[in-house]
Amino acid sequence: MTSVLLLFAPVAAALLIPMLANRVRGIHTGWFVLAVPVLLFIYYLGFLPQVKDGGVHIGELSWIPSYGISLTSYIDGLSLLFSLLITGIGALVVLYSIFYLDKTKERLGNFYVYLLMFMTAMLGVVQSDNMIALYGFWELTSISSFLLIGYWYTRDRSRFGALKSMMITVFGGLMMLGGFVLLYLMGGTFSVRELISMAPELAEHSLFTWALILILLGAFTKSAQFPFYIWLPDAMEAPTPVSAYLHSATMVKAGLYLVARFTPIFAASEVWVWLVTSIGVLTLFWGSFFAVKQTDLKGILAFSTVSQLGLIMSMLGAAAAAFHVEGAAETMFKYAGFAAIFHLVNHAAFKGSLFMIAGIVDHETGTRDIRKLGGLMALMPVTFTIALIGSLSMAGLPPFGGFLSKELFLTGMLSLGELDLFAPASWGTVLLVAAWIASVFTFIYSFYFVFRTFTGKHKPDLLPKSAHEAPAGMLVSPAVLGLIVVAIFFVPNLVGDWIVKPAVAAVQPFMYGSPSDVDVHVAAWHGHITPELMMTIGIVIAGLALFSLLPKWQGLYRVFPEQLTLNKLYDSTMIFAESGMNRLSRSYMDGLIRSYLIYMFLGIVIIGLGSLIAKDALAVSFEGTAPIGPVEVGLLLVLVAATATTLVARKRLTAIISLGAVGYTVALLFVVFKAPDLALTQLVIETVSVALFLLAFYHLPKMSRHDEKRKFRIGNAIIAASVGLLMSLLAMSSVSQRALPSISEFYKETVYSEAGGGNIVNVILVDYRGFDTFFEIAVLSIAAIGIIAMIRLRLTRKGDGHEKQ
Amino acid sequence: MSVIIGFLFMAAVYLILSRSLLRVIIGTGLLSHGAHLLILTMGGFAGPAPPVVADGVTDYVDPLPQALILTAIVISFGVTAFFLVMAYRAYQELETDNMTLLKGNDEHD
Repeated sequence: MTSVLLLFAPVAAALLIPMLANRVRGIHTGWFVLAVPVLLFIYYLGFLPQVKDGGVHIGELSWIPSYGISLTSYIDGLSLLFSLLITGIGALVVLYSIFYLDKTKERLGNFYVYLLMFMTAMLGVVQSDNMIALYGFWELTSISSFLLIGYWYTRDRSRFGALKSMMITVFGGLMMLGGFVLLYLMGGTFSVRELISMAPELAEHSLFTWALILILLGAFTKSAQFPFYIWLPDAMEAPTPVSAYLHSATMVKAGLYLVARFTPIFAASEVWVWLVTSIGVLTLFWGSFFAVKQTDLKGILAFSTVSQLGLIMSMLGAAAAAFHVEGAAETMFKYAGFAAIFHLVNHAAFKGSLFMIAGIVDHETGTRDIRKLGGLMALMPVTFTIALIGSLSMAGLPPFGGFLSKELFLTGMLSLGELDLFAPASWGTVLLVAAWIASVFTFIYSFYFVFRTFTGKHKPDLLPKSAHEAPAGMLVSPAVLGLIVVAIFFVPNLVGDWIVKPAVAAVQPFMYGSPSDVDVHVAAWHGHITPELMMTIGIVIAGLALFSLLPKWQGLYRVFPEQLTLNKLYDSTMIFAESGMNRLSRSYMDGLIRSYLIYMFLGIVIIGLGSLIAKDALAVSFEGTAPIGPVEVGLLLVLVAATATTLVARKRLTAIISLGAVGYTVALLFVVFKAPDLALTQLVIETVSVALFLLAFYHLPKMSRHDEKRKFRIGNAIIAASVGLLMSLLAMSSVSQRALPSISEFYKETVYSEAGGGNIVNVILVDYRGFDTFFEIAVLSIAAIGIIAMIRLRLTRKGDGHEKQ
Repeated sequence: MSVIIGFLFMAAVYLILSRSLLRVIIGTGLLSHGAHLLILTMGGFAGPAPPVVADGVTDYVDPLPQALILTAIVISFGVTAFFLVMAYRAYQELETDNMTLLKGNDEHD
C-alpha cells in the first residue's frame, strides 16, 4: 500500500513545490525538487537486503476490481534495479539541472513538473504488475517525454522532435496494449506474475505469437531499436539534463525492461529469441556505424545510445535462448542474462556522465559541433578527465566497468554461435561477426567523441563563447557517475551480488530459483588468455587503426543517398497522412447543411433498421391497440390531409395554416388519448406559434422552390420515405412488445402519499422531475436571449434604424 | 396510429431537406408533432382514465410519456421561435432564403 502511494510521490511533490518556490525566492526551484528522488532512493535502498535473498515486496491498491485492474507495486530484483536507477540518476540529473538551467531565464516550474511527472510514470512502469496500469504509466512516459523534448517550444526542431518521438512511441504503446489484451484473453488475468506462472500453457495458444510480436513492437519503439530508432536522435533537442535522464538512462530502457519482464513468458518461443537477438545486433551495428557520421556531440551520443540499447537487447535475446538449452545454468549460456543486466547498469552510469559532459561543453563554449571544438583539454581539465573515463568505459577498456560487461557480452555472443536454434545454422556466427564489427565502431566513436573535443587544435575564433572550466556544482553529478564507473571495475561482484543477480533471477526464473543460484563470477583477468580477450585485443587494434585514418574514410558516409533513409520515410508518411486526411474530410464536408442532414437521416435509418433486424425486435401485432372509434378516424384523416397540404402548398400562408391545423388536430388527439394537460398546453402553444409564424411571414420572402430539380426531389422523397417507414416500424414494434414494466407504477402509487398532489403529470413535472422543468425554463430563457440578441445585432451593425417591426 | 407517425416524419424530413428556409422551419414543426405522438404511442393507450387521482379510480393512463411530451412541446416552441427569428435575420442580412446559397465560405472551414 505504502509503496503504491509512493509511486505518486513525485507528482504530489510537483503540486507542493510551486508554493514553496514562490515563498522562498532567490533559491533555485531544483533544490526543493532534489529532495524527492533522494528520499525515494533511500527508501528503495531499504529493500536491497530483502530482495538480495530472493524476496519480493507487493503493495496493492484496488482500482477497478470488477475488471481485475489494480495498481500494484511489485518489487523484485528487476524492478528494484530500475527503481534505483530512476531515483538515483534522477537525483543526479536534478542536481545537474540546477546549474544547467538559469533560474532567471528558464521556466523552471514547467520543467520540474514534467520531470516529476516522468519520474512517477517511470516508477509505475517498472513496478506495475497489472498490465493495464503498466500501459497507463507507459503512455505517461511518452507524454512527459514529449513535453520535455518540446520544452524549448519556440524552436522548430524541438517541436518536430517532440512530435516524432510521440508518434513513434505512442504507436508502439498501442500495439503493446493489443498484446496485453491478447495475453488477457489467453490467461484470463492482467497480472504479469500470474501469467508467468502459467507460461507453459500460454505457449500452446494460437494467439501466442501475435501477442509476442505486438509486445515486442512496444518494446522496440520505446527502446529505439531498428527501424524505430529515428526518433531518438531528434529527441536530442531536449535540454541536456533531459537527454541524460530520459534518453539514455531511463525511459529508453523501459523497452528493455518490458522484454526482460516478459522473457519468462515468451522465452519458450523461438520467434522471440530470433527477433530479440537479431534486431538487437542489427541495431547495435547500425547505431555504432552511423555514430561516427555525426558532427553534433549529442548526435554521437544519441546514436551510441541506440547502439548500446541494441547490445543489451541482443543479450536479453540470448538470455531467452538459454531456455532452449539443457542445464543452461552450468554452461556458458548462463552469462548472457547477467551481461544484459550488468551492462544496463554500466551504460546508465557512463552514458549519463557523457551526456552531462556534452551539456557542459555546450554550456561553456556555446556549441556542440565537433568540427568547431578541439583542444579543450587544457582549458577544462576536470571535464576532460570525466569524459575520458566515460568514453573508455564505453569503448570497453580496463580499468572501467564497461570492460567487464563488454567481455561478458562477447561471451554471450560466443554462446549464441554454439546454439543450434536458428534456421540457418550459421546465423549465430553472422551475429557474432556483426557484434564484433559493431564493437570496433563503438571503439571508434568513443575515441572520436572524446579526442576530437578535447585534444587537437583549439579554435577559439569558431566558438561563440570563450571556453573555461564549468562551475564545480555542474561537475558533481558527472563526477559521481565517473567514480561509479571506476568503482564497478574494482568491485564488480559486490554490484553483481546485490543488484544484478536478483534481477537476473527475475528474468530467468526457468533457470534460477533464487538469486544465489546465479553462478556468475566477474573477473577482469581469468588467469589465461580467453577468446573474449583475444577479441577485445582485436577490437582495440582495428579501432585504433581506423580511428587514426578517420579523416580519410569519413567521407564515405556521404555516399548514402538521403532519399532512402528512414527519416525520409517518416516525413513523407506524416505529410501524406496530413494532406490525405484533409482531402478526405473536404470531400464530404461541403458546407451545405442539407448534406449534413442527409448524412444524419441516412445514419438514423441504417442504424435504426439495422438494430431492429439484428436484435430481432421487428414485431407487428394489432393486439392491445386501442379500439378505434369514428372520432379517432375523423381526426386522423384531418391530420393526414393537413400534413399533405403543407407538403404541396404553393403559398406560404397555406402552408402555415395547415401546419396550425396539424397542431390543433394533435391537440384533439391528446384529448382522445386522455391527456388533458397536453391538450391544453398544445392548444396554447399552437396558437402562439401560428401567430409567430404569421408575424415572421410578413418579413420572409415568398415561398419559392428555387427550381428544385426532379432528381433532387426524388432523392429527398426516398430519404424521407425511409425515415417515415423506420418510425412507423419503430412505433409498431414498441407497442406490440413490452420487455419491461413501466416505471410509472411508482408515480401512480406515491403521487398522493409522497407528493400530495392529484394530477400525476403535473406532480411529475414540478416535483419528481423538478430539475428537468427547471432546465427547461433555462432553455427557454436562452432562446429568448438569443432572439433578442439577434434582433439587436442588426441595430448595432447597421446603426441607421432600419426597423420594420 | 403508427402509420400516421411515419407519415408525419416523412413529410417533416422531406420539408427539411428542401431548399426554402421557411419550408425547413415548417418541417421542424411537423417533426416535433411526430415525435410527440411517437412518445405517446410508445407509452401505450391502455388505461381508461386520465392520470388524475380521483376516488374509485385505480387504473390510469401512463403519466410519464405525458410529462415528457409536455416538456417537449414547450421546448419545441422555443426552438421554432428561435428558428423563425434566425431565418428572418438571415434573410435580412443575406437577402436569400435558398439553403444552397447559405453555406459557409472557405475562410470558415
